[in-house]
Amino acid sequence: MNVAQALAAHARWRGWEIVLFAALALSWFVLPGHALLANEIALLALFAVSLDLILGYAGIVSLGHAAFFGVGAYAAALFAKHVLPDPLVGLAFAVAVSALLGLLTSALILRGSDLTRLMVTLGVASVLYELANRFDQWTGGADGLQGVTMGPLLGRFEWDLQGRTAYAYTLVVLLAVLFVCRRLVHSPFGVSLQALRDNRLRASAIGLSVNARLVAVYTIAGGIAGAAGALLAQTTGFASLDVLDFHRSADVLLVLVIGGTGYLYGGLFGAIAFKLLHDLIAAWTPQYWTFWIGLFLVVLVLVGRDRLLKPWTWRVAR
Amino acid sequence: MLTLLFDGIAYGMLLFVLAVGLAVTLGLMNFINLAHGAFAMVGGYATVLLMDRAGVPFLATLPLAFLLAAAAGALLERTLYRPMYGKPHLDQVLFSIGLVFMAVAAVDYVIGSQQQIVKLPAFLSGRFELAEVGIGKYRLFIVVLCALLTVGLQLILSRTRFGSRLRAAVDDPRVASGLGINVNRVFLLTFAVGSGLAGLGGALGAEVLGLDPTFPLKFMIYFLIVVSVGGTSTITGPLLAALLLGIADVFGKYYAPKLGAFVVYTLMIVILLWRPQGLFVRKGAR
Repeated sequence: MNVAQALAAHARWRGWEIVLFAALALSWFVLPGHALLANEIALLALFAVSLDLILGYAGIVSLGHAAFFGVGAYAAALFAKHVLPDPLVGLAFAVAVSALLGLLTSALILRGSDLTRLMVTLGVASVLYELANRFDQWTGGADGLQGVTMGPLLGRFEWDLQGRTAYAYTLVVLLAVLFVCRRLVHSPFGVSLQALRDNRLRASAIGLSVNARLVAVYTIAGGIAGAAGALLAQTTGFASLDVLDFHRSADVLLVLVIGGTGYLYGGLFGAIAFKLLHDLIAAWTPQYWTFWIGLFLVVLVLVGRDRLLKPWTWRVAR
Repeated sequence: MLTLLFDGIAYGMLLFVLAVGLAVTLGLMNFINLAHGAFAMVGGYATVLLMDRAGVPFLATLPLAFLLAAAAGALLERTLYRPMYGKPHLDQVLFSIGLVFMAVAAVDYVIGSQQQIVKLPAFLSGRFELAEVGIGKYRLFIVVLCALLTVGLQLILSRTRFGSRLRAAVDDPRVASGLGINVNRVFLLTFAVGSGLAGLGGALGAEVLGLDPTFPLKFMIYFLIVVSVGGTSTITGPLLAALLLGIADVFGKYYAPKLGAFVVYTLMIVILLWRPQGLFVRKGAR
């Protein structure tokens, strides 16, 4: 089997993937009462998938991914308020803005060590947070941007209180993004990303232009994170400083780590597990749920994700 | 103007004492410890609670804050941190964020989420004029104490046997242990002293920086800025970075209060763009 065949075999649709896509599509019909929660999960999954592109595939550790999420949310909300209430145009606008931000800030992540990148990504998110706080005549500051009314989806479907329309909207975007990303990571571009993640020096030695690829993937990931933010702003009709807050960046990292990095669906599984866990703990101890999340993180890392989530490997590992 | 400068220096010195422990663990041991602020919080709360509930005088609480934070650091190093040394950076980040979340929620649960107030003794409060420059007595106290600590640390690192052992253990742990240096104990001691210093900084800073359960999260980025901008191969680098940060922050808050921390973050990004390894890096060191 030569390389081309091996790659093609690797990229083939597996049975469980088809089942997964079908199950996601079906979830709209079987979970009508939980559309609001499902919508939140789908948003988070979308956000985590975008982080997976840069963390799992390109190996960039980011503590400031909320920057794109927040910019997308504000872009969509402001666009709907001042320009046009149509959600799809707003979504496209928000994606364009946050992808542009990704393009601009990608120059910052090309140099330095893990620590430098961590600091720079965190710094970008903090700068945006401060800016949103400063220009509160536009963003509404800590009180949030109110009075955003969205037009009906495609001009026909009104938003309902149960979130059925919202969930359908988010779900379609999520499925489309997953599909596109799947193509992306199995393309030569995606494979080259994994090569430079594993060893940058060797990747550049075989003629890959490392920087151009990092810029490209960072821009794409920025756009997808922006889409997640835009969907949040559109489906809730609200955007506040919270969308740029540090805990969003930390949460999405946690989601991705629960689900596992580098196979695209980690964000999805992680988001489901994280939200359900969150709801469970928050119902039990609303004020101190971060303690249990923290404990969970510590145990997860100390024991090792693989060993914790796959108990059947314990005996083999010995 | 000069008063502002002096306040900035005091703030910077405080940040340095808070962050120097992190510079050691991060720079020398190559461990990304986001939970460093939690040890500072231990020190701060030790001071506040000892003064409030046990009536210990302020000056006497400072060494206690150091000891308590150092003990907490040593305990955690022994039990939790050591297995993390060899792990990838992502794991270290997640692990220490988890610790921060736990510390924040635990303090919130045990003590409550309100801001804690430190009652300074009379001889440290108030300010006096020196050549038209208003100087807060407590600020002066901080500057003097931190300067003494800095000189002491520099001497310990460069002149004592422990300092050379530490540098050896960091450069090559395997060879160092081959030469009969107990690497584990050196790291343990270093970690404990670093946490202790953070605790001392937290105790000193409780009045200036404010103290509530979100302290480790609020100041995490400041500590990281000090370390990443200052570079991690010396302790003069973080010192200068901390002073720069302190002055920039005080000036930024005074002249452009609404922009707040914006100035500081932008400055950091620019510096890191220009010198990704930090401002003060010795050529060829590590």
